Amino acid sequence: MGFEVLLKGNNLARLLGGLGVALKISLLSVCISLILGTVLGSLMNDRHPLIKGVLRGYLEIVRIMPQLVLLFLAYFGTTRVLGINISAQTASILVFSFWGTAEMSDLVRGALSGIPPIQYESSMALGFSDFQTLVHIIIPQIVRRMIPLSINLITRMIKTTSLIMMIGIVEVLKVGQQIIEANRKSDPNAAFGIYFTVFILYFAVCWPISKLSRYLEKKWEA
Amino acid sequence: MISYFPKYVEAFWLTVRIGWLGIFLSIVLGIVSAFTIYFRIPVLSRITGAYVEIFRNTPLLVQLFFLYFGIPKLGLSVSAETCGIVGMGLLGGSYMAEAFRSSLGAIPKLQKESAEALGMTSFQAFFRVILPEAWILSIPAVVANVIFLLKETSVFSAISLMDLMFTAKDLIGLYYDTTEALFMLVVFYIIMLVPVSAAGSILEKRARYKMFGE
Amino acid sequence: MEAILDIRGIRKNYEDLVVLDHLDMQVKSGEVVVIVGPSGCGKSTLLRCINALERIDDGEVVLDGKVINPQDKQLSKVREKIGMVFQSYELFPHKTVLQNLVLAPVIVKKMDRKEAEKEALRLLERVGLLSKQNNYPRQLSGGQKQRVAIVRALMMNPEILLLDEITAALDPEMVREVLEVVLDLAKEGRTMIIVTHELSFAKAVADRVVFIDGGRIIEEGEPGDFFEHPKTERLKKFLHSFAYE
Repeated sequence: MGFEVLLKGNNLARLLGGLGVALKISLLSVCISLILGTVLGSLMNDRHPLIKGVLRGYLEIVRIMPQLVLLFLAYFGTTRVLGINISAQTASILVFSFWGTAEMSDLVRGALSGIPPIQYESSMALGFSDFQTLVHIIIPQIVRRMIPLSINLITRMIKTTSLIMMIGIVEVLKVGQQIIEANRKSDPNAAFGIYFTVFILYFAVCWPISKLSRYLEKKWEA
Repeated sequence: MISYFPKYVEAFWLTVRIGWLGIFLSIVLGIVSAFTIYFRIPVLSRITGAYVEIFRNTPLLVQLFFLYFGIPKLGLSVSAETCGIVGMGLLGGSYMAEAFRSSLGAIPKLQKESAEALGMTSFQAFFRVILPEAWILSIPAVVANVIFLLKETSVFSAISLMDLMFTAKDLIGLYYDTTEALFMLVVFYIIMLVPVSAAGSILEKRARYKMFGE
Repeated sequence: MEAILDIRGIRKNYEDLVVLDHLDMQVKSGEVVVIVGPSGCGKSTLLRCINALERIDDGEVVLDGKVINPQDKQLSKVREKIGMVFQSYELFPHKTVLQNLVLAPVIVKKMDRKEAEKEALRLLERVGLLSKQNNYPRQLSGGQKQRVAIVRALMMNPEILLLDEITAALDPEMVREVLEVVLDLAKEGRTMIIVTHELSFAKAVADRVVFIDGGRIIEEGEPGDFFEHPKTERLKKFLHSFAYE
């Protein structure tokens, strides 16, 4: 079935190392997205027409352009148009942060507008100052709404990082390909075993995170 | 640049064809899966439940590699195009199932009971009342899924389908016409997705009006 | 007795619409004033103007001889003295009942947490909700939530309590449990302004009933006179709309 090849040499370790590369890039991008997205999301209800227009344009680009196209633009395009040479890793972190920030900001905007104005008022009626209201009443509620959704964003980010092999980063799929190539003669069926393993690896990473997200969502449902 | 144009048009139609066939398949698969889960059909609902979890938690690219390079080792050979359609259908089906299931679940029980109180059989109540309401309710999620799936078509080049990405990469590799190649790539994806996105928002607006009158 | 709250000629517009029209009103310490009137007559806006949740366009609100100024940096200090309970409860969904009660005393009044909790438990027992102290708001019925909201306002030991249609969102069988708490507070001598549609409750709890229509006080009086012998046509018509004959 082609699973034997996994036990040869350090093949399994190499595969896991490849997954590590993908996870590293996605976690970095998630962190950047969380921070920038929160800032941007708080600006989203701004009434200034210019800010509003720019943000909407940004969100629309992210909504419509496949991440892979953005990756190509960042990786191949920057060299050509801007004359700077960026590594594939930098390009992918840039693109995934660009994408994740948009997603995150939309989540923050949604969570903010989901808190009824009368919650602010009831807190002020108790004598809380604006700052105290924000710290003790509003932010904790937003965080509770945001955490499950942000966790969800993490799994999507991890799934999306599988694309980085297309711009030549050696991650888990690419490592798989290399192992299959190297064992073409001795293990002609390696493709089944290796790709099945990669499939399971991704599932093993994403599924628990999805579960956690759904559990928290249920638990904190108001 | 002009000389590449026919290549892109060809690739565009291939991408659109696989994309929409895959989306059609995913809607069918999604409806079937959602029904088995909604009606709690024994055994079957567990299988579809597992299917939804597995395909929602793995990337399309990995699914395609497994389908295209892995499965043939079991003696089952399929063309890249079939593989693309099936892969897209399986991935999309799991997303559509979730969309339909949650909108079915969102219809209050009282709707069914009030339909039955009017003398409908439970069969009639489901097909005449529950289903149409759930369908309208699911439109925003379905639209989002369609756009998501059309974007996912970009990974087909990985299983050597000559889609838009493949063509762009080819031209970059062969002629170093990076700027033109990328420009055409973006233009064709805009042509593919902007109408869908616009139609989607109109559909959503009409659905909202139907359900909530606003 | 001296008026604790003095509302002097306040006016409030929403663009062209006049909601409060140079309205005057005094409330004495320990007095329970019930405000009735048709929907949209300005009665809820009046309450919101008193603790400066709404900005007023003219006139002033004086509490304890001090003018309430919406621009005042110390506005929250003034609001501490005015308790308010909303129709929609507005408990904080991310905190338990007990946490809801002690949050403001601890944060705003810098009260000792242990002491605040002791007081909270005492009040919870009084409204029959001691067993719910560790529940989250979503686990409570509407009537229970509203009783907690009343206790939350009491925790600040306000000089005056504003109740804004606190039973309007409740199922009929839950109205009584909430109103009984309010009756109890009235007996205790709390100063309150109550906006309500429950006329029989108004009769039972009020020292004075005020009828507002079109942003002005049309008629006021002791509950007996007010309900049995209304003088103005508008009040007669209003009261009549509640009767089935």
